[in-house]
Amino acid sequence: MIPANFEYVRVDSVEGALEALKEHGDEAKLIAGGHSLLPLMKFRLAAPAFLVDINRLEELKYVEEENGHLRIGALTRHCDVENSELIKTNAGLLADATHHVGDPQVRHRGTIGGAIAHGDPASDIPSALIALRAIIIVSGPSGVREIPIDDFFTGFLETDLNEDELLTEIKVPKAPDAKWSFQKFNRRAQDWAIVGASILLDENNSGVSLINMHSTPFRSTVVEQAIASGATAEEASEMAAEGTEPTADINASIDYRKHLARILVKRGLEEAGR
Amino acid sequence: MEVSLNINGVTHTHDVEPRTLLVQFIRESAGLTGTNIGCDTSSCGACTVHLNGESIKSCTVLAAQVDEMEITTIEGLAESNGDLHPMQQAFHECHALQCGYCTPGMVMACVSLVNENEDLTESQVREGLEGNLCRCTGYHNIVKAALQASES
Ligand SMILES: Cc1cc2nc3c(=O)[nH]c(=O)nc-3n(C[C@H](O)[C@H](O)[C@H](O)COP(=O)(O)OP(=O)(O)OC[C@H]3O[C@@H](n4cnc5c(N)ncnc54)[C@H](O)[C@@H]3O)c2cc1C
Ligand code: FES
Ligand code: FES
Repeated sequence: MIPANFEYVRVDSVEGALEALKEHGDEAKLIAGGHSLLPLMKFRLAAPAFLVDINRLEELKYVEEENGHLRIGALTRHCDVENSELIKTNAGLLADATHHVGDPQVRHRGTIGGAIAHGDPASDIPSALIALRAIIIVSGPSGVREIPIDDFFTGFLETDLNEDELLTEIKVPKAPDAKWSFQKFNRRAQDWAIVGASILLDENNSGVSLINMHSTPFRSTVVEQAIASGATAEEASEMAAEGTEPTADINASIDYRKHLARILVKRGLEEAGR
Repeated sequence: MEVSLNINGVTHTHDVEPRTLLVQFIRESAGLTGTNIGCDTSSCGACTVHLNGESIKSCTVLAAQVDEMEITTIEGLAESNGDLHPMQQAFHECHALQCGYCTPGMVMACVSLVNENEDLTESQVREGLEGNLCRCTGYHNIVKAALQASES
């Protein structure tokens, strides 16, 4: 399967990327690892006229620490996130969730920025970042914006990113002492989650997020509040399907997804020591 | 557009459409047909090659994206005198293939896995091959071969 034809532009700086986006307007699409975009283009579900390749933006490949945060460049590949000692120590949930993405070949190519910008409710990475309360940093013609992750996902495969903006960095609050668990239910090792859950329990802050249970990556405020008010794992997990709107597909009915959400949140809370 | 790839140490320069997939470039432009296409949807791993030493699925990368980079395919593993790469030798000795269709991708995935992990365990090999499907062998001897080669 071959994508529809397009014009290819390669850029090697953030400025260059922003200029190319400005020049080609809404006909242009950024390509990072291409592991979400190229499959869509091969199925002709996407047919951008201009492809702006940002793979060589070396300036956006980094994992650094700054005060209470980790700063992760948008072009950092999944394999570099899952193996980063800084991330394993300070945001173990993100390293583990990333390790569950696809297979080693996919993780050698896919980028953290692409996984977030794609806005897929079935993706593992946004879920971990919701539990960790990450901040998304975006550059555009009018400067830099910081978007709390809760405001970033606006609809199915839709985000707060404008067509002329580039996601440059993910800021993750360090949580070295937090207990966490990443739960992913699928039938075959490399598959996407039928349902998944990210759990982070910190002294006075908890984060609970569900995968593939809504039109967007989903924060379960209901479960978070239950935990804050002292509920047991059993009690809190019973509420895990509240507020979700999962869809049915070949893998699972709506009821089965809700059942899985409750089970996975319970397992996750227990694994995190609740 | 002109794309120039260093494949197995040889530079291949061709004028191709931007939409040309890496696997097409390898098979059709460079004429190296050892790399197979199975699913064409990044699920089966038959098209696995190395990009700068790391395993990738060449059906899901544009040739243009890796312009001027180093690619290794199954043809690039053996020594020029014909001596097999230790992983190929292990596949041979462990009877790790039947029809052979998945084998080029399997071998490339196994080499990358061994390069990236010291002291591989059986479960790491099984998990590390999650992106490669084999319809014949039941994987058992493939895992055995990867472990044997990782020890040598
Ligand atoms: C076989 C296979 C299995 C997979 N399994 C899983 C899985 O189990 N779990 C999971 O979570 N994911 C999975 N994925 C998806 C994988 O994680 C992708 O790598 C990721 O979703 C997209 O990252 P990318 O760099 O490839 O983005 P691309 O495909 O290049 O881009 C995706 C979208 O984001 C936009 N974009 C990319 N970078 C930026 C940026 N810096 N700024 C603004 N916009 C940007 C692009 O324009 C495009 O719209 C799988 C993919 C494959 C092929
Ligand atoms: S042909 Fe590329 S993964 Fe199947
Ligand atoms: S040997 Fe036939 S598919 Fe693996």
